[in-house]
Amino acid sequence: MEITAQEFKHCDLITIKGRVDSATAPQMAQALETANESGKYKLAVDMGALEYMSSAGFRALLAAQRNCKKYNRGEVVLVNVPARIREALELAGFTELFKTFDDTLTAVGHF
Amino acid sequence: MQSVQFTAKFEFLDEIREFVGDIARAGGFGAKDVYNIQLAADEAASNIIEHAYEGVSNGLMELSCGVSGNVITIILVDHGESFDPSAIPLPDLKADLSERKIGGLGIFLMRKLMDEVHYEIKPNKGNILTMIKRKG
Repeated sequence: MEITAQEFKHCDLITIKGRVDSATAPQMAQALETANESGKYKLAVDMGALEYMSSAGFRALLAAQRNCKKYNRGEVVLVNVPARIREALELAGFTELFKTFDDTLTAVGHF
Repeated sequence: MQSVQFTAKFEFLDEIREFVGDIARAGGFGAKDVYNIQLAADEAASNIIEHAYEGVSNGLMELSCGVSGNVITIILVDHGESFDPSAIPLPDLKADLSERKIGGLGIFLMRKLMDEVHYEIKPNKGNILTMIKRKG
């Protein structure tokens, strides 16, 4: 798994590549926490190059969404979610908890 | 049925997914089923590592997998704390963000992704988790 962050005027774009499972989810959770710790709560997570995500990744997203939405200071939105991952997120009832976008420009523009 | 033994560590999840994925693919399962079978095996193994072998660094689990006709069977055996997935309450998928429970999600996915999930506790033999999925 590889994770990079890019700053925009009104939000941060976090790009996750590769595979997120119980082994790599802590690294992803850490990256999201780091953004929060530097006062960034408006996060667009680009999952376009993500091959795989287990419930360990879902839990990290949920924790980040909780923290970002606190005091209405922001939110996590998901971008370019691959079909298989979207289906698993739907099964887990997670799609209602996140706005999703089909392209990065619209997601970044949402904030 | 092919079998392989893994040390109960998260770093082997990649290999576990590859093992069941290769067998499912060779057995004629389509890409969507293969992904879901890999996800179910990952969730099952993650639960064993996290719960059955909590605090244990050198636990072992045996993974067996095979396709017969249009059915794939995955069996995971561990010798850690017995842990019955069916005894875990299902997460409330309608709960809002603040009330959403963090646990139980992996087991919920296993049950949704596979057609059958069975758990047996056998003295001297260990905890045996069997998951079955049919094609299509």
